[in-house]
Amino acid sequence: MRRLVYGAVLSMVLAVSAQAQTTLLNVSYDPTRELYRAYNAEFIKFWKEKTGETVTIQQSHGGSGAQARAVIDGLKADVLTLALEGDINAVAEKTKKIPADWRGRLPNNSGPYTSTYVFLVRKGNPKNLKDWGDLVKPGVDVIVPNPKTSGGAQWAYLAAWGYADRLYKGDEAKVKAFVAALYKNVPVLDSGARGSTTTFVQRGLGDVLLSWENEAFLAINELGPDKFDIVVPPLSIKAEPPVALVVGNAEAKGATKVAQAYLEHLYSAPAQKIIAKNYYRPAKPELADPADLKRFPEVELLTIDDPVFGGWAKVTPKHFANGAIFDQIYKR
Amino acid sequence: MTLAATSATFRSWRQPSIIPGFGLTFGVAMVYLSLIVLIPIALLILRTTQLSWAEYWEIATSERVVAALRLSFGAALIAAAINAVFGVIVAWVLVRYEFPGKRLIDAIVDLPFALPTAVAGIALTAIFAGNGWVGQFIEPLGIKVAYTSIGVVIALTFIGLPFVVRTLQPVIMEIERETEEAAATLGANRRQAILRVILPTLVPALLTGFVLALARGIGEYGSVVFIAGNLPYRTEIAPLLIVIRLTEFDYNGATAIATIMLAIAFVMFLTINLIQVWARRRFGYV
Repeated sequence: MRRLVYGAVLSMVLAVSAQAQTTLLNVSYDPTRELYRAYNAEFIKFWKEKTGETVTIQQSHGGSGAQARAVIDGLKADVLTLALEGDINAVAEKTKKIPADWRGRLPNNSGPYTSTYVFLVRKGNPKNLKDWGDLVKPGVDVIVPNPKTSGGAQWAYLAAWGYADRLYKGDEAKVKAFVAALYKNVPVLDSGARGSTTTFVQRGLGDVLLSWENEAFLAINELGPDKFDIVVPPLSIKAEPPVALVVGNAEAKGATKVAQAYLEHLYSAPAQKIIAKNYYRPAKPELADPADLKRFPEVELLTIDDPVFGGWAKVTPKHFANGAIFDQIYKR
Repeated sequence: MTLAATSATFRSWRQPSIIPGFGLTFGVAMVYLSLIVLIPIALLILRTTQLSWAEYWEIATSERVVAALRLSFGAALIAAAINAVFGVIVAWVLVRYEFPGKRLIDAIVDLPFALPTAVAGIALTAIFAGNGWVGQFIEPLGIKVAYTSIGVVIALTFIGLPFVVRTLQPVIMEIERETEEAAATLGANRRQAILRVILPTLVPALLTGFVLALARGIGEYGSVVFIAGNLPYRTEIAPLLIVIRLTEFDYNGATAIATIMLAIAFVMFLTINLIQVWARRRFGYV
């Protein structure tokens, strides 16, 4: 409801300012605040130099699924930069404002950056947690957000699934039991990534936090490296937060050109540098600063299109729909 | 002519009153209620008609929904009951006694009204978590509050307190001291004076406060999601389950749970209202 009101207010603001100059609304997910603040400044400068036009960019952040719902309910986003492909697909299906082939319209499957999931542990790693297999041991408390309310947490769930699938050579019953054992060790399912970070860091709950790589770096920077360590498991998942142009909204406003440029410019050298600086893995690492790239540890990454997952079109109904595997592992 | 006719029909079913303005105020009241309450709820119910009865029944009786409803209603009932007991004491102290800092304490009672519920939830979690002020002492005793259903009850008790206190205060102010004195002169001892004279006068107001606290607790989301562990079947409240359904884009499932909550709450409030009517007749107080 608040989103609706927010949307109504925003669209009024937009209606007024559209006459004065071009305004873009970028609807994004939670941990990208710092990234897009830096990128927007870069794009405004770039667009001014290229065309002489002044563009204003408004940002909206929230849980990826909630943001998608806000756009479906009428929030006039020009570009979507969400955590999950499925969320953009939902907008495409329900509003028809995004063409179905949106993923092929920008380089790298519409993913200007990727990230992964890592372990944040207490300093010195007292429980000696090195790999996914260590997380199911009795007495280990794992903090991770609820994949039902946090898009990003679906990546963590899938990373664990991918590990177990390799361990048990695709024996699905055993894989399911592994993931169930992992979530049995979860004492709190926070609704979002930031909530889980708070539970782990401030409340002192849990031995390990499953965290976006960029969030883990931020936590260490903010709270001091003397309290926590990052542990990178040998195998994790390549999280590909996608971006898309909401053609219907941008066209209605006459801002298609600038909105498209906003997304394309994400792949340019200055933008890729900003991306790496904000701890996201750039799609074109050759354009980024090598010193920033060195901070990313080597890790084998499964992709969502790996046969074990088969793409989001298969993953969402199989794992996260109502009554699907994630619901089943909680059934008593 | 028509005007006279309408006013004649009005007169036939309304209580005659010497205060003018019935038509205007009644019209405003109905429009206002429709806009703010009736139309949104009608839309909610309309939405559920997209489900067949079989689908609706399946959602209503699924184990997870039942567990969430039981937690939401159970915790709200316990919290409202706790507030009913301690709310009477707080209201009594604030009305009947004079002490330094009375105004300040009186104002503190309202804080749960004003505080954003998320802030309340985070504050309570910070206190009751294993490393919190209170949590560090009670957790070694084996009592876990944060991230359990006890935490849910605590959060709902916190947000429900002012409802009971604020409805009781004016009623306690109305009770004249002479009533107690009369009871005493007629031979009632202190316990009898409290149980048979004072408390019965408070019952209707207490029930109102109880219902308000209960209603608030059933629908509460903001503070509870922070202090409950949100684990399905164990510490997942019904409003969270609604949010989860929404993020699955399952609007019908979400509205189904919402209407079930509405129906249960409606039946509960109706029952309490009937008890209230009975109490009024029994004890003869407003």
